[in-house]
Amino acid sequence: MILVSQKMERHRFKLCRYHPDMSKVRVLVGTKKGAFVCTSDGGRKNWNIEGPFFGGWEIYHAKGSPVDPNRIFVSQTSGWFGQIIQRSDDGGKTWATPGSKPEDLVSEVGWPQGESNKFVYDGVAGTHKWYDGTDHPWEFKRVWHLEPSLTDPNVIFAGVEDAAIFKSTDGGTTWHELSGLRQHTTGKDWQPGAGGMCLHTILIDPKNNDRMFVAISAAGAFRTDDGGQTWKPINKGLNSNFMPNPEAEVGHCVHRIAFHPSNPDRLFMQKHWDVMRSDNAGDLWHEVSGALPSDFGFPIDVHAHEPETIYVVPIKSDSEHFPPDGKLRVYRSRTGGDNWEALTKGLPQANCYVNVLREAMSVDTMDECGIYFGTTGGQVYCSPDGGDNWTAINEHFPSVLSVEAQVIE
Amino acid sequence: MIRVVLPYHLRNLANVGQEVVLEVQAPVTIGSVLDALESKYPVLKGTVRDHGRLKRRPFLRFFACGEDISLDPYETALPEVIARGEQPFMVIGAIAGG
Repeated sequence: MILVSQKMERHRFKLCRYHPDMSKVRVLVGTKKGAFVCTSDGGRKNWNIEGPFFGGWEIYHAKGSPVDPNRIFVSQTSGWFGQIIQRSDDGGKTWATPGSKPEDLVSEVGWPQGESNKFVYDGVAGTHKWYDGTDHPWEFKRVWHLEPSLTDPNVIFAGVEDAAIFKSTDGGTTWHELSGLRQHTTGKDWQPGAGGMCLHTILIDPKNNDRMFVAISAAGAFRTDDGGQTWKPINKGLNSNFMPNPEAEVGHCVHRIAFHPSNPDRLFMQKHWDVMRSDNAGDLWHEVSGALPSDFGFPIDVHAHEPETIYVVPIKSDSEHFPPDGKLRVYRSRTGGDNWEALTKGLPQANCYVNVLREAMSVDTMDECGIYFGTTGGQVYCSPDGGDNWTAINEHFPSVLSVEAQVIE
Repeated sequence: MIRVVLPYHLRNLANVGQEVVLEVQAPVTIGSVLDALESKYPVLKGTVRDHGRLKRRPFLRFFACGEDISLDPYETALPEVIARGEQPFMVIGAIAGG
């Protein structure tokens, strides 16, 4: 238990430094055709790649518990067969659907007993708006995002399409909806974005267990201050020109939100267009796009040890999902936005036409913070020095949907 | 004894071979076979038909004796040769390529 509480405390503010000679890094890669587990020593130059796990399935997200990094949850999904949740308790060596044990698979007559994919909306599901403005029934499609608790390895949240948040308190075996979000008075008016009406971001406030932030395409950002019972839209200051009322309370296509654990009231957002910042937990946003070559993009993340250092990957436009000028550039701001520098060393600077999806960027907590991102072209890049230099962990994965970095002692 | 053929990914998920064998009480219908399948292999719940509404997933089809019976009601009785286990009930995934 001492070990668990130490890990918990360390994660709480992500301030602990890890020495390269003493630590290992694990990068969980979710792709359109399976999951991969990449490991390296603290130097992060030589990588061992294992997988594909769940070959042929779309892996929307894989994420480890901050309390027990060897407990990894995976969202395995398919247009044919629906949603599966997988879990490993040994760092990705063996997997089982929660409720089953790996031993269930050993004998010839053994089979998984878990039924961990039961995501059923609370009560009468009701309707939301469809693309054409007509009423459309709420239908569960898949899990986009898994967010393990900061304090309990058995507690995990899931963000799903059609947009809702679910919680499991038994390690992913059973799930129940925190329906206060979907039943918000605006819920009946939410509309999907082109990728579907997905809840793709969940941030748990490490200083306040009752506070969480979520983001939904294309409803906007929401905050709970009572553990998920009630939610309020936090979209003031956002301006979305595609909407009849560009400053409406909901309807904004938020692509990603991030914060530094030491200052969870300061939020950074990559919106459909615009990079935004809030200094009051989302109550008011202002634009910090500065002179980015494009302020359209999907991911945004924060340096592990520098709360004002943020990263985005500009994409040409909402109609052309590839980098401007065929140059794959990560942009870094050391001032919490407005002032940006291009990071290009080791990244292709000609004829590159990949996209970087919202879940496909991550940072590690090594002494020298590592930055990672994956592309729709199957490359996963690592910068072991905060973005100055990049090398590919692998250039030939299937199209990358998600990237998560972990430090393992 | 009812024989059921599953698509590749569901076989892997349930850790079974190409064909599974089920005990199903008469009358043997599409619905009673699916109930027995999900009861014996809980991991398949939600993968052939969705949770709650039990609606067939749109990219899956059911075949019996070479006939597509996907749109028949769940209470439809299956042919005798399937009820006797002489031919399998087949769950087929839509073909996709590119």
